[in-house]
Formats: sequence, structure tokens, C-alpha cells
Amino acid sequence: MAYIVSPNPHIHASVSTKKLMLDVIIALCPAAIVSFLFYGLSEIAIMAVSVASCVVLEWAITKYLMKKPSTTGDLSAIVTGILLAMNLPPTCPLWVVFIGAVVAIAVTKMSFGGLGQNIWNPALVGRVFLLVSFPTYMTDWTVPAGFISNVDAFSGATLLGQVPILGALEADKLVNLKTLLHNVGGSAGEISALALLAGWVYLLVRKVIKPWITLSIFATVALVAGIFHFVDPAAYTGALFNLLTGGVILGACFMATDYVTSPMSSWGGVVYGIGIGFIVMMIRYFGSYPEGMSFAILLMNTAVPLINMKFHPRKYGRK
Amino acid sequence: MAKITFSIGGVHPDDAKLSRGCAIEVLPLPQTMYVSMAQHLGAPAKPIVAVGDKVKTGQVIAEPGGFISAFVHSPASGTVKSIGPRKDLAGNNVTHIEIAVEGDEWVEGVDLSDTLVTEIQEDRQAILDRIKACGVVGLGGATFPTHVKLNPAPGSVAECLILNGAECEPYLTSDFRIMLERTKEIVVGAAIMQKVLGGCRTVIGIEENKPEAIEAMKKAVAELPYKIEVLPLKKKYPQGGEKQLIQAVMHREVGSGGLPISVGAVVQNVATSLAVYEAVQKNKPLITNVLTVTGNCLPVEKQHNYLFRIGMPLSYIAEYAGGVPEAAGKLISGGPMMGRAIANLDAATVKGSSSILYLSAESTKRGQESLCIRCGRCSDACPMGLEPFLLHRLYKAGDVDGLEANAAQDCIECGCCLYSCPAYIPLLDRVRQAKGMAMAAIRARAAAKQAAKESKTK
Repeated sequence: MAYIVSPNPHIHASVSTKKLMLDVIIALCPAAIVSFLFYGLSEIAIMAVSVASCVVLEWAITKYLMKKPSTTGDLSAIVTGILLAMNLPPTCPLWVVFIGAVVAIAVTKMSFGGLGQNIWNPALVGRVFLLVSFPTYMTDWTVPAGFISNVDAFSGATLLGQVPILGALEADKLVNLKTLLHNVGGSAGEISALALLAGWVYLLVRKVIKPWITLSIFATVALVAGIFHFVDPAAYTGALFNLLTGGVILGACFMATDYVTSPMSSWGGVVYGIGIGFIVMMIRYFGSYPEGMSFAILLMNTAVPLINMKFHPRKYGRK
Repeated sequence: MAKITFSIGGVHPDDAKLSRGCAIEVLPLPQTMYVSMAQHLGAPAKPIVAVGDKVKTGQVIAEPGGFISAFVHSPASGTVKSIGPRKDLAGNNVTHIEIAVEGDEWVEGVDLSDTLVTEIQEDRQAILDRIKACGVVGLGGATFPTHVKLNPAPGSVAECLILNGAECEPYLTSDFRIMLERTKEIVVGAAIMQKVLGGCRTVIGIEENKPEAIEAMKKAVAELPYKIEVLPLKKKYPQGGEKQLIQAVMHREVGSGGLPISVGAVVQNVATSLAVYEAVQKNKPLITNVLTVTGNCLPVEKQHNYLFRIGMPLSYIAEYAGGVPEAAGKLISGGPMMGRAIANLDAATVKGSSSILYLSAESTKRGQESLCIRCGRCSDACPMGLEPFLLHRLYKAGDVDGLEANAAQDCIECGCCLYSCPAYIPLLDRVRQAKGMAMAAIRARAAAKQAAKESKTK
């Protein structure tokens, strides 16, 4: 009888790419369910088209262009599909969603060789491409009919979009503890901070990610907004407003923490998070876009190889 | 809960100490035994018997082949049948002395009684000579000759003797059993080594998943007249790694390429301590050790801890224990993290044999390798603080300078990286190659420097 002969180790932890991706999907479920409740069938359709497009595109590219075994079994295309859908307005036409999926999967992920090889977060590149190409669709914040009705929903603008209209002082007043629970008028992934944070805590408990990137983004956003708001409250919105509006929580918990496009070391992650927090606030205060999370993350994605050169874990027996 | 442990990396595999309840049983002698000349780290031993010679149990049959080498003794009485190449467990040819066993008649002067001898002689050199003459080598894995390790080079001072009772490898229970059953002998062995090293601090480190051993050891230490501490350690792999244990106990780190003694540490396994006791107090050469027969496809009632003699074929032991289980997919000598796959079950046991481990094909199967997702789990797990994903990439690029700069040569081959990799990238297989490349570059540079120095002095 022939026995297996191979080098050590002879056992393996109960971990695989597929299991990790499944955990991310589970962590995104609360926020996805909340978006379905508030935005109804149109949001479900966007999610379905986004996920299906991402998976089919990856499958087709590996099969017909790369001529390699399909990698869709690792579930990472599903994660990209969910994240892309959560970054789009609920009224986004489905053909636009499909174009976003093409940019995310075909251009950003598979062109570089597939999972682990890309420099930028695929879902974010997809979103930013759509934002630049289809600004009308991408900034239409009409709230569609959901399963839960919203009396206090704004139509036509997000909270961040209100800042130039109402001014910082009035805009700040729109944010309160209820915003933490649900904040309608924005992309699907911006509705419930609580649902997003619950998913993030799940990822921490399951040890899928470490907290440092997310915490350093939150801390930097709070600090920068706090200082500006303290100096001139009439011109600059405050810390709570900036933490709870736009994509800060979705970005900090689920987009910036993407393994592939974030630094390898914990300290590198802190520097990366500080960079994201700073850039997003600069865009919000001084840029031409009301929101800046996508750009901030993509810019810091670009800096990751440099961050990795500088930050390494402490080595045993070496200074 | 014991909080003491090493601070960088580490993993927590299920400890699976299934055979912990199995008391040590003595194996009967087989008809033929094959004694390897490569039982230790360093130069192989040289046979000093000829075919046809009659030998007694404990008689020297091979002498050291160099400074780092060790004596080898006959594990039984009988006739030398042949001296020649025989395959070891990896299938490589190694010189073995074949002995046709006729009985168990010991050489003169060996105390075979169970009486505990606690009086330790004063003459340091005499103790070292006895340890050397009895062929004692480290039984924690590396089988480094003990008399060399206990005799630090002039100028270095031993500040702490650490007795390694961590047994951090899953499944293995031989150290656990001797700590329970041979407790006082181990403590006396530690006291002997402590005396040889000049009376330094002596600590017995035991992982907290062996509370019975910790209790027994504390009791024995309290009853005996030596100054030895028992230190419970947190359960974390590789706690029993020499460098990790030194950091846990002494809060010092051995520099790259350095020896433990450079930070004042000497680490010896508890089984080695037992061998030292038997050598010095009983004049009994190292021809026995304890080995665990275990695995996840073997019912607990068929698991054993055996006192074996070196030279017993593994197949003989497996057969005696009831045969290789049907479901076994992989046979391992040693633990599941660092042990070696057995390619040849007919191979003979050596001084350092610690187990026959049967793993089911299902539990030991490596998943299909996929692309690195850059999760960083390998570098979080590495107890040396290395970045296996980076070493893997540098290795594939053939960047020897990069490998050296990123400390590939510091890898201790513990397996934590591959164990943790969700993409099943054979990280250790490749880092091991990378380590070889970096070490070769370091050695070549040292040799060139030496040559330049010599040509200058001419």
C-alpha cells in the first residue's frame, strides 16, 4: 500500500479562501437586507444583476481568455458583486450596473491576473468609473418604494449633498442617533451604520480581518473633522456628521480592509488608514465631490506597495 | 491560566493528545535489530565491531566519527550479522549494524535497578565524560550530542538551563508520560546538567495542557534537594522551539545565526534529562527511548506509549501494536507539524524516534494551491517574524540578496506558514529552498573573506 509522502506540516488549519470569502458575504448580509427593506425590489434587482454579472464575467474570462480552471468557486466574485451593488444608487439602471461589473471584474481584477493580483479594489474602480461616466445616474438619489416606508427621507440629495445647500451648521443638525440606525437617501451600503458595524464585528470575531485599518480611518476622520469644525463650525461639518454620512463606514469596514489591496502589516495598515481618513476629509471640505471615500481608498491602494516596503513585522532576534 | 509564552506569531492546532492516558509499556525484543550509524546530528559514527562478533546489551559498537558525533551501543545481546547500507525512513541508504538478537545480557557495570540515585558527583569533567561515553544526544528533535551542548566554548557562560517539557506538537505524548512516570529521574538529570553548567538557574517549562505533569514535576522538585523551578507555559505552537522557549522563559532573543549560549541559555529536552540521569547515575547508555503510537484513524484503545530500543524496525513496532490501520493515508515519524513522512516503514528506530503517527488521508490532504490573496496570515503565524509570502515571491524571482535581507535564513521550518495559508500555497516547501539559497550565499561570502585573509597573511 502506498502512503502519502510529503514534507511537513502534515495538518492544516480549518481555513481556506472560500471560507474567508463566505464570512465576508455573511458579514455583508445585515446591510444588504436593510437595503432591500428600504429600497425594495429595485435594490434586489441591482444586487442580482451585479453579483450575476461579476460571477459570469470571471467564469467566462478564465474559461475563454485565460484558458485556466474557473476561480469563481473561491466566492470572491460574489463579494465584489455585493460591494459594487452597495456602492450604487438604488435607481441605477441595470445596464449601468452591468458596465460597472465589467470594469470591476474584467478590467480591474482579471486583467491583472485574478484574485490577489490587482492593485485597486475592483468594486471601487467600478463605482468610480460609473460616477465619472454616468454622473446623472450616479447622483440620482430618488428613494424608490421599499418594504418600509420613510416619512423623513430626502429625495434628490444625500446628507452630504445637503451641505452646500443648507450650510454646515444646518447639515450637522440632520445627523443624530437615528442616523446610526438608518439613513435613507444614498447608495444601498450607506443606509444603516449599525448593520455595517455588526458585520464588521462579525469579521473581527471570526478573525477574518484585524481592526487597525478601520479604526485608524475612523480616528483620522473624527480628528480632522473635529479640528476643522472646532475652528469654524459654520464652514465645516463635524466629526459625527462625517463618520455617519456617505461611505465612510462601508468603506472603512469592507472596502479598505480588502486583503488584496491593503498593506500586509498591522502598522502599515494604520498608516494606510490615516491616509484614507485624511484624503476623504480633504475631498469633502475642499474638493468638487461631496463624497470622497472611493477616491481616498483608491489613492491609498496605489500607495500600498510603498507602504509594504517600509513596514515589516518585528523579526525575532533582530533590531 | 499560564500566561508565559513567546511573543511573535504562533498557531493553535488541536493538541489531539489522544494517547495521554496510555502508560508506558516495554516492547519485547525482536529477532533482528538494525542500528543506524546516523543517530545524531553531525558526523556518522564509525562501527568498531566486525561481522560475527558477539555483542552484549549496552556494549559500544560504534565510536564518534568527529567532534560533533556520538557513541552508539548495542541494543541487545547477540551476534553482528552484517554491517552495510540499509534504507532509513526517508529511503536513503545509511550504514547500519545488523544484530541477530540472542538475549538481553548486559555489559558489566550498569545499574539496572529502579533505585533513585540522588547524590551527584562533584567532578564536572567526569560527568561530561560519562554523558559522552553513554552516547547521549538531544531527544527533542535535533539529536545534537549532549556533551558538546553542555560544554560551552570558553568565554560563554550559561545563565539559565531550560528543560523543555512543552511537547507542543499535537498527538505526541511520550514526554508527557515520562514526566508522569519518571518524574524524579528527570529532576535529578536536570540537577546534574545544572551542576555541569556551574549551578545556573534551572527551569522546567511545561505547556498548560499537561496539568498532571506540572503537578507531578512540582511535587518532585519540592521533595528533592535541588534548586529548580517548574514553569507552566501557555499552549501555543511552537512553544517547544528552542528560540521561542528561550524568549518565553528569559525574555531574550537569540540573534540570527547565533547559538542559545550567546544569550546565556542552554535548552535540553526532558527525555534528554532522563537519558543524562541514566548515563551518569546508572552508567546506562542511551539505547532506549519512549515513542507514541497514535493518530486520528486509530482507536484510543489501540494507541500506546512504548519504551523501545534503538534498532527496532518501525514495522515491528507497528505490527506489535496491531498493524497499520486501514484508514491511514500518511505515516509520520514525529509530530504532525514538523515530523517526517515515513517512506519506508522497515526503517529502524533511532535515538530520536518519538512516534509512529497515522493520519487519515482526509486530514492530511493538502488543498489545491491557488493564488495568494495577500491576507498576511503566514506572517502573522511566523514565530520568527518573517514574511513567508514575500520570501515565496523573492524565491520565485531568484532574488538571493532579497531573501537574505528578509531573513530567509532565520526560518526554523516549524510549518506555521503553510498551516495557516488559506490558498494552500506550499510556503514552507519553498521557504526551505529559499533558506538554502540564503545560507549558501552567507557561507560563500564567509569562505571568500577567509580566503582573502589567508592570502593576505601569506
